[in-house]
Amino acid sequence: MKKWYEKVYLIVIMIFLYLPILYLIAYSFNSGKTSVWKDFTFSWYGALFHDSQIMSSLYNTLLIAVLASVISTVLGTAAAIGIANFRGSFRSAIQNVSNIPIINPEIVTGVSLMLLFTFAGTLLGFEMGFFTVLLAHIGFCTPYVILSVMPRIRRMDISIYEAALDLGCSPMQAFFKVVLHELMPGILSGLLISFTYSLDDFVITYFTRGSKFQTLPIQIYTMTHQRINPKANALSALLFVLIIAVLAVSNFVGAKRERRAVR
Amino acid sequence: MKKLTVLLLILVVLLSTLPLSACGDGYVGEVNVYNWGEYFAPGDDGTMDVIQAFEDRYHIKVNLTNFETNEEMYNILKNSNPSYDVIFPSDYMASRLIKEGMLEEIEFDNIPHYENTDERFRTGDYDPEGKYTVPYSWGVVALVYNTDMIPEGEITGFHDLWDEKYKGSVLMFNNSRDATAISMQLCDPPIDPGADSFTLEDIDRATGKLVEQKRVLKKYVMDQVFTEMETDQAALAPYYAGDIYTMLFNNEKLTYCLPEEGSNLFVDTMCIPTCCRNKENAELFIDFMCEAEIAAANAEYICYGTPNKAAFELMDEDYQTSELTNPPQEYLDKCYTFSNIDDEVYSYMQEQFVKACSSSAEVSEIETRTQSPAAVVAVCAILGVIILSTMVLIIFDIRKAIKNHGRINKL
Repeated sequence: MKKWYEKVYLIVIMIFLYLPILYLIAYSFNSGKTSVWKDFTFSWYGALFHDSQIMSSLYNTLLIAVLASVISTVLGTAAAIGIANFRGSFRSAIQNVSNIPIINPEIVTGVSLMLLFTFAGTLLGFEMGFFTVLLAHIGFCTPYVILSVMPRIRRMDISIYEAALDLGCSPMQAFFKVVLHELMPGILSGLLISFTYSLDDFVITYFTRGSKFQTLPIQIYTMTHQRINPKANALSALLFVLIIAVLAVSNFVGAKRERRAVR
Repeated sequence: MKKLTVLLLILVVLLSTLPLSACGDGYVGEVNVYNWGEYFAPGDDGTMDVIQAFEDRYHIKVNLTNFETNEEMYNILKNSNPSYDVIFPSDYMASRLIKEGMLEEIEFDNIPHYENTDERFRTGDYDPEGKYTVPYSWGVVALVYNTDMIPEGEITGFHDLWDEKYKGSVLMFNNSRDATAISMQLCDPPIDPGADSFTLEDIDRATGKLVEQKRVLKKYVMDQVFTEMETDQAALAPYYAGDIYTMLFNNEKLTYCLPEEGSNLFVDTMCIPTCCRNKENAELFIDFMCEAEIAAANAEYICYGTPNKAAFELMDEDYQTSELTNPPQEYLDKCYTFSNIDDEVYSYMQEQFVKACSSSAEVSEIETRTQSPAAVVAVCAILGVIILSTMVLIIFDIRKAIKNHGRINKL
């Protein structure tokens, strides 16, 4: 970044992206509930941890996000490896089908899943709730994983696997030590993408949640009936700081490992 | 592999807390409550956490979920197979649910604290015999205005929302029902907004009146009204009385007016839908909400009127004397309640309202005049710089790529 205009450009873009978040965080310290600045206070952070409803929504959201992303990563990786072994029109047919949840508008997916679960629920006697939300999330996260892993498979050289077999690995060992290691960047990016999509999903969760289950995006949306409680600001500030910290640490560790590898 | 193990550890930790949260304090039952957002006292700023208080006393788990509009709640009740035990519809939605047989009759023997309810609110047009509903909160629509911009006492009724004197600083409801109700009263001859049904010409006349208002209108708002009025950006707005009561605390220059034409009296009610599974727990919950202290805590938090006489006695003096939270009976006699209107009529009303909102160039004239030209120029300049610099950088990259024989980065 030697040229000054590149730096200026970057700074302007960063400001544009992060100014709303900074505004949000600043107002989490406001003692009033509206845009009028009153006094500086930490009380909303304290109130946040005492609010059992927000805490349980947060827990639900994180649990669904982690479970959905892990399960859909496993499923998606297996699917991608399977699809890579097909050829011709069958392969493109399967790829098109797996892209449908991505192209489909979320509200169509949400309403159709709600009708499906209602029908199955009255037939089989179960109610919508945690598991229906989890199934719905796995359903729309898996195609993203498939999309991230497929390019890595295409770039991978199949002779690596055969070389491992020649050098004495059993097929299982060869798969886990060699193939999976090659695909790891794609798998990890698929995991992160599905975690993000699941964490902030509103429409599909709204229609499949049932009577007992609530996640954070829905809770914050319904707060707009009165005024958005600054506890939501405090929670967003904490999540933002946590994620920045995790990213900073992982990048720092990654950079350290690279420097060691170069040496 | 290290990253995978870290992820698995997180998973294990999360799952291990799952049985803990489920078994909790040994709950003996549960009740599924479906309410508006931010409609129970949550236990911050010194209020009581009413849900926690209920759970602590009866050891019954409250599964609280929220909805944003009555129509949303109705659709979920109708199209999925939910198992809500207590719902909180507004009056006109409750009347629709009663007509369609979706509410259970309440056994008032199980709700001893029902005697705290004010007789005025025990029945209503929406529930003439009071068998299906217990009122939770109520209020009226009033006007709020800024005394710095409009001398005190000058505002007397909804007709002031059309007054040319306040051009460019008037706000209006951004939902079809509330906005057309106000304009219906001002039509010539006036239409009763509380009627059971409207003809299409009634709606046309009302939306015609709304289009006339656009000459003086700043914008249509719902909860943005708080920001607009509290930060002195607009002069006059109609809104729900309880919310105006809150606005008055945040900006001393604001004051209110009960419109002389009378306005919409709304009641939010507690009901038990037919899909409920835990009827006794539902009635226990409703009874708990009718207790004086609990109803007082809720009323203090949401600032709407309370239909609970005993709770009213526990409120502070501001609340008891304010005409916003306790309007005088002569004013209430002038008010009307919404009835449940036909789907067709309602969707026609919504369509016409949307058309009225987006019609006429006069509003955009007002908006550009009230925005500072400097701000507009600044925003355009910044956007222009961003777009131009993006294009320049892309062109440079392409030229570098051509020089490097088709590789953009040196990978």
